[in-house]
Amino acid sequence: MTTSQAPLMPAPGDSRKRPLVVMRSVSKMFSSGTLALSDMSLTVEGGEFVSLLGPSGCGKSTALRIIAGLGDVSAGTIDWPSSRINSKGLPEGDISFVFQEPTLMPWQTVFGNVHLPLKLRGVSKTAARDEIMETLATVGLQDFADAYPRELSGGMKMRVSIARALVTKPKLLLMDEPFAALDEITRQKLNDDVLRLWHETGITVIFVTHSVFESAYLSNRIVVMKARPGRVHADFPLKTSMSRDAHYRTSEEYRQACEKVSNMLLEAIGGEEH
Amino acid sequence: MADDPILTPLKPGLFARNRETLLRTLIPICVVVGLILLWQFIISVNGIPQYILPGPLAVANSLYNDWGTLWPALWVTTQITLQALALALIGGVGIAIFLVQSKWIETAFYPITVILQVTPIVAIAPLILIYAPTTQVALLICAFLVAFFPILSNMVQGLKSVDHNLLNLFDLYGASRWQTLLYLKLPSSLPYFMTGLRIGGGLALIAAVVAEFAAGSAGAGSGLAFRLLESQYRLNIPRLFAALILLSVLGVVIFMITSFIAWAFLHRWHESSLKREN
Repeated sequence: MTTSQAPLMPAPGDSRKRPLVVMRSVSKMFSSGTLALSDMSLTVEGGEFVSLLGPSGCGKSTALRIIAGLGDVSAGTIDWPSSRINSKGLPEGDISFVFQEPTLMPWQTVFGNVHLPLKLRGVSKTAARDEIMETLATVGLQDFADAYPRELSGGMKMRVSIARALVTKPKLLLMDEPFAALDEITRQKLNDDVLRLWHETGITVIFVTHSVFESAYLSNRIVVMKARPGRVHADFPLKTSMSRDAHYRTSEEYRQACEKVSNMLLEAIGGEEH
Repeated sequence: MADDPILTPLKPGLFARNRETLLRTLIPICVVVGLILLWQFIISVNGIPQYILPGPLAVANSLYNDWGTLWPALWVTTQITLQALALALIGGVGIAIFLVQSKWIETAFYPITVILQVTPIVAIAPLILIYAPTTQVALLICAFLVAFFPILSNMVQGLKSVDHNLLNLFDLYGASRWQTLLYLKLPSSLPYFMTGLRIGGGLALIAAVVAEFAAGSAGAGSGLAFRLLESQYRLNIPRLFAALILLSVLGVVIFMITSFIAWAFLHRWHESSLKREN
């Protein structure tokens, strides 16, 4: 399998296929001198569920932060063709981020935490109430609006974090190994939740993970990255005939997908000393 | 008790709860009463004269009879302490916000605040007395200088300890500097502020007393420190004890108020105010 590049131009007449993010030959050098990304190109289109998969240190989190507009690039360009660009040259309001940690404000209730993105836009609590409660309902937390983060389990905190990301109705959801710290059962449940949200809202997701199984289960496109310096090793679609649920997890098709992704990952690691 | 706190809100039986509160109050009171009785007993048995060690009865007597002298002094000391603390809160928080605006500002100004802190207040009090328009103002400045540093240094620490991912999140949502300060940095440093407040409250009282010793002020507008010295010169030891008790009571009240404020602001969410669930 060769490294394939997604087409830059949208297919005519299909508005969902408009690219949301276009990275062209992006390199990123940290102030310590580490080259985190080298000559990385990636185009993500509306409606995709892309997994960035790779060994630790391959720059997948760095790539995600650059896509979010957090941090400059050292070389190359990044564009957000379908977003409004603000005075700082960053996309406004269309991108949400879910971190590996829930990253909640402990002094705010669940409601207050989900309110944050709207509050920063000047929407008051009363004006945002319906929207917040609706979003909390989509992650199953409508009964916990007044709870404080410390009262919630790890999985519930992560749901709050997802609700906060969704409350602005973004086009693009970036997730940086969001479920890595959770137990397997909670993780599978949240994977299903994310898939359901993806189906229901038509949101585009870029999902950073180091788990072959997670990426094969969730995504319809997988970008395998190579480390030192971080770059794209392989970029391929993952089509399935089945709907992704508990049956899919035990199917032959899923096994084959995992094997394919796993081989790609091994290839990417194979270039290194271990 | 090990149940999920959301599903079963923590509510032990009313009786058990009240009993614990009752014991918590009764035990310290019993110990204090016991010590006072022991004190009176030792005085009576050994016949110790009042000018060396007065008994609790003599002290209580003095507290009652000299109330007209002690009360205004207590009021003066209280005022200086509270005013100094208020100024220290405003100054400490304000300067902390200023210092963390940039690394260069901090590099330039932080050493000055450290110098102010490490120089013993007794040593600069004479200077302040010369420059300040009145003794009251001088005392206020001294108490302020001492109380302000713990609030400043805690606040600087708090403002710098904000979760980096939350900062990223605020950046991502295009939050202004002002919004980041108001909605993220200030609430996130609240626990640090409360530590500073509790330390600063205690230090403000100590500094108010020490500064008055150093100032050697006298007359009608004097605080408890002057009444302490005066009683010592006159060998009126019961009154000295009475003044000392008033100072302790004032210190305890300030501590209780600042602790209550900290609890009121933090108990809903901060680890320091939570009971451990196991």
